[in-house]
Amino acid sequence: MASLVGSRVERKEDKRFLTGKGRYTADINLANQTYAIFVRSPHARASIKKLNIDKALKSSGVVSILTGKEIADDKIGGLIAGWAIRSEDGTEMKCPGNPPLAKDNVNFVGDPVAVVIAESLAEAKEAAEKVQVDYKVLKAVTSTADAMNGDTIHEGIDKNLCFDWLLGDRQKVKEAFDKADKVISIDIINNRLIPNAMEPRACVADYNAASEEITLYTTSQNPHLSRLIMSAFGNVAPEHKLRVVAPDVGGGFGSKINVYNEDIVCSWAAKKINRAIKWVAERSESFLTDIHGRDHVTHAELAVTKDGKFLGFKNETIANLGAYARVFGTVTPTYLFGPCATGVYEIPAAYTNVKAVYTNTAPVDAYRGAGRPEATYTIERLVEKASMELGIDKTELRIKNFPTAFPFKQTLVHTVDSGDYVAGMEKAKQMADYKGFEARRKESEAKGKLRGIGVTSYFEACGIAPSAAVMSLGCGVGLWESAEVRFNPTGQVTVYTGSHSHGQSHQTTFAQIAADELGVPIENIDIVHGDTDKGTFGMGTYGSRSLAVGGIAIVNACKKIVEKGKRVTAKMLEANPEDVEFKDGEFIVSKSNKKKTIGEVAFACYLPGVRDEMKSPLPEGDEPGLKETSFYDPSNFSFPAGTHIAEVEIDPETGHVKLEKYTACDDFGRIINPMVVEGQVHGGLAQGIGQALYENAEYDETGQLMTGSYMDYTMPRADNFPEFNIGYTCTHATTNPLGVKGCGEAGAIAAPPTVMNAVIDALGGQEVTMPATAEKVWKACKNLKKSNAKAA
Amino acid sequence: MKDFNYHSAKDSKEASKLASSSSAFLAGGMTTIPSMKLGLATYKDLIDIKNIKKLSGIKVSGKSVIIGAATKHVEVSNSKDIKKAIPSLSSLAEGIGDPQVRNRGTIGGSVANNDPSADYPSACIALNATIHTNERKIEAAKFFKGMFETALKKGELIEAIEFQIPEKSSYQKHPNPASRYAIVGVYVAKHKGDVNVAVTGAKSCVYNDKDMSKALSGNFSSSSIDGMNLDSSEMNSDMHASADFRASLVVTQAKKAVDAC
Ligand SMILES: Cc1cc2nc3c(=O)[nH]c(=O)nc-3n(C[C@H](O)[C@H](O)[C@H](O)COP(=O)(O)OP(=O)(O)OC[C@H]3O[C@@H](n4cnc5c(N)ncnc54)[C@H](O)[C@@H]3O)c2cc1C
Repeated sequence: MASLVGSRVERKEDKRFLTGKGRYTADINLANQTYAIFVRSPHARASIKKLNIDKALKSSGVVSILTGKEIADDKIGGLIAGWAIRSEDGTEMKCPGNPPLAKDNVNFVGDPVAVVIAESLAEAKEAAEKVQVDYKVLKAVTSTADAMNGDTIHEGIDKNLCFDWLLGDRQKVKEAFDKADKVISIDIINNRLIPNAMEPRACVADYNAASEEITLYTTSQNPHLSRLIMSAFGNVAPEHKLRVVAPDVGGGFGSKINVYNEDIVCSWAAKKINRAIKWVAERSESFLTDIHGRDHVTHAELAVTKDGKFLGFKNETIANLGAYARVFGTVTPTYLFGPCATGVYEIPAAYTNVKAVYTNTAPVDAYRGAGRPEATYTIERLVEKASMELGIDKTELRIKNFPTAFPFKQTLVHTVDSGDYVAGMEKAKQMADYKGFEARRKESEAKGKLRGIGVTSYFEACGIAPSAAVMSLGCGVGLWESAEVRFNPTGQVTVYTGSHSHGQSHQTTFAQIAADELGVPIENIDIVHGDTDKGTFGMGTYGSRSLAVGGIAIVNACKKIVEKGKRVTAKMLEANPEDVEFKDGEFIVSKSNKKKTIGEVAFACYLPGVRDEMKSPLPEGDEPGLKETSFYDPSNFSFPAGTHIAEVEIDPETGHVKLEKYTACDDFGRIINPMVVEGQVHGGLAQGIGQALYENAEYDETGQLMTGSYMDYTMPRADNFPEFNIGYTCTHATTNPLGVKGCGEAGAIAAPPTVMNAVIDALGGQEVTMPATAEKVWKACKNLKKSNAKAA
Repeated sequence: MKDFNYHSAKDSKEASKLASSSSAFLAGGMTTIPSMKLGLATYKDLIDIKNIKKLSGIKVSGKSVIIGAATKHVEVSNSKDIKKAIPSLSSLAEGIGDPQVRNRGTIGGSVANNDPSADYPSACIALNATIHTNERKIEAAKFFKGMFETALKKGELIEAIEFQIPEKSSYQKHPNPASRYAIVGVYVAKHKGDVNVAVTGAKSCVYNDKDMSKALSGNFSSSSIDGMNLDSSEMNSDMHASADFRASLVVTQAKKAVDAC
């Protein structure tokens, strides 16, 4: 039987999605359901003086109106940060309470203060307009850079500072800088982004008064985790009385990791009114209240020798958390950011210092790449600048500082098990025709255009997060994954996974893996996920972890099945278990060449005696049935890496940046389904290029979101992109049996610095902030013209 | 969205009879429906004009192109006759919004709405258009009064728009990257006697840039407007483009248009 791993198996999920048969949360309608509308703060910062619902209660169709008072009275807990971060001085991070419905204070535009539940959506909206809230508007803090000088947002949190965290050794860095021939320094902004999943958030909550069970259908990337948080911290219901189902989910990019206010409020309220409640976000609510991503202000320095050896690295970053610290809010700008900020280089001394601040803006949390795009942007912009200042070719300078031996003990935290960065660079250069750039630049010049080329070499730590590694860093929760592989008596297989697919094609990739492991046709394998009532507890999908962690759990569970199969076969065929081999779905006794198919073994496990009436096929000590579970906790992160090269052409008269060429050469370890991986790379690139050239979430000084719709927030479109030139090198991960590394975030990690390096190259080294919009680039072109004129 | 009454008018007369101070005509609905959904506008009555036969269709004669008001953007962009007579007009239509918008939005709706960043108003000015309504004929130069303001009276219905076929013409738009409306769009048309340089997106209302028109009437070459410094004091300024940038873009897009003629 040919192996399915490595082949372009068509996606099992496509038929359902392409024929309109997907089942998303908003498609779920329950008998007698009501509709919820949230009353949200129009102010970025205010105290609530009075909240009057009398008029709204009389509005037609209203079933109930609940406010921050009721939710506090019922002792329903708030939203939480999942990771505890300690400051450099040893103090614990400071997190404000974040009640699901604000009672006393609101802290960003969109912060919910009440929920209106009515018989119809129109009636709920109508009534919501009649809820009267009397606010005392306070001065908002909106700027990341100035947040520490603003008014105190949360009582007791001085300077709006959640933590002031250090990773690395300041003294060693100082010594390295003292020895340097040159120090390259850079001030950069990592712009704030809005994830914009195609499917807006939604939830449907139901309560069964007889079983006292709440069922919550929700747009989540991790239903088990949501249930745990809602139960343990939200006090909504004990876990066995709370079922969370995340059916088809139309994209997450990190924005659907969090348990949100609406999940908690609707679950709690459904029980209170003893009816089902449906809530579906409007797009403008998504803009305002989904978590946002990035938003760093960074000063970084690189100490170098004159021939281009890196000696030391400093990274001083202010990270905006928004109004509250949410689930991945504190770990994203620390452990997911700091260790990767030294990039793919041997830098003997380094530190990253992060001040995480609160502002009156939407909470900032993990968004595709989470911390690693910010890290890569920092080091790769710095290295590009170093190449300009040192006059060393950008690819040579990088190669000069690549590690050559693996495992590579990276300066700050990670030990990178495998990789070949030089091979990746060489292949990328060839794919991009790096040598031919100068000729293309001249051609552009002849047309009056400016052409630039940009390079990025990156690595990232994904497959989050090995418990041992995470705990050694002192930050709490490790993230393993579970799988259960269950045979039916007649030989089909159901795989339950704790991962969640919201665009990642698990139904296909995971089935390919199981098919290879078990020798069962892929048509006979179903992947089940997304329901806490089906399958064991699992951690969900983010941080490019599904394959490298969840996939390995499946492999391990399959291996246990095979082990049991060998024992059963041995009993049935009167052989020694050690003499039974398993290949392509058959158990073969090597000495006699007698065999049993895995289907026959499964049947025998469930119905002992039907086939062989004389004696049970089950060995002593083995129970009937064929079902195995595995919890896989990886020994280390996995480390995808690669080199990307972009070329842009700029029209100096309009400032328009045209992305002419984009080459991505990645090392994802073993690739299970190349088609799926291409899709992931394309999507990541689109978002990364979007960050560099188009997307930006902008608040004004009063905390109003200026880019609250697609009329102003630039989502990239297909015609913004060239044909992507994609290739791979491959070194297998040594830390997992499949040798896989993860590919979900690479594009979003590598693309922003790649594109910006090209833009800045075209602009003669002038710094431009992301996104490189026409006007910014036009201004830089004018400066360039002026300085060229002066030089001439 | 608040409840409203839906009417489908069978002719212009019925449509204008149904109109009141709390009604709107419903053509493509691409402006009206989103503003109602967002609560920016409320109407008691929507009067659908798509079924009025007289309002659709494209007629090309020797001198002019007449387009029925309810003609969709996609029909203008695909029309072989228009492609032949005024290719720049079909490419303008092709550059409006996205396919969904082009499949529903109409030329009459766009002209009646007079959004300061819309594309068609510049075509009307550049191509010396005449707006045919159920009551009269209005010259484009007198039709666009200000931001979202036109010479239309309450209940007056645009039936067709008549464009003069120029010798040469081109429309060059620098789109807003998010909405793809014009940050600046410049429609240059060379007619027998003179040249029009219609500018949209730059100010509160579409206008004919007299200085550039004059320069180009003298010498129809982009060099005659190169380096022109426009007064930016009345230009729009927003997060996508400052007034100065817009002023520069007007000249750049005009040059591009002349070169493309
Ligand atoms: C996402 C998006 C992107 C867009 N991008 C662009 C763009 O790039 N460039 C651009 O120019 N436009 C753009 N538009 C606007 C689009 O072209 C609309 O079609 C146009 O503004 C309105 O036309 P409509 O037929 O949809 O009018 P409707 O929405 O039906 O009506 C608009 C107004 O015009 C009035 N009206 C309609 N027809 C008549 C008539 N015959 N006589 C008198 N009054 C009438 C109505 O009473 C109403 O007040 C965009 C719209 C959207 C939603």
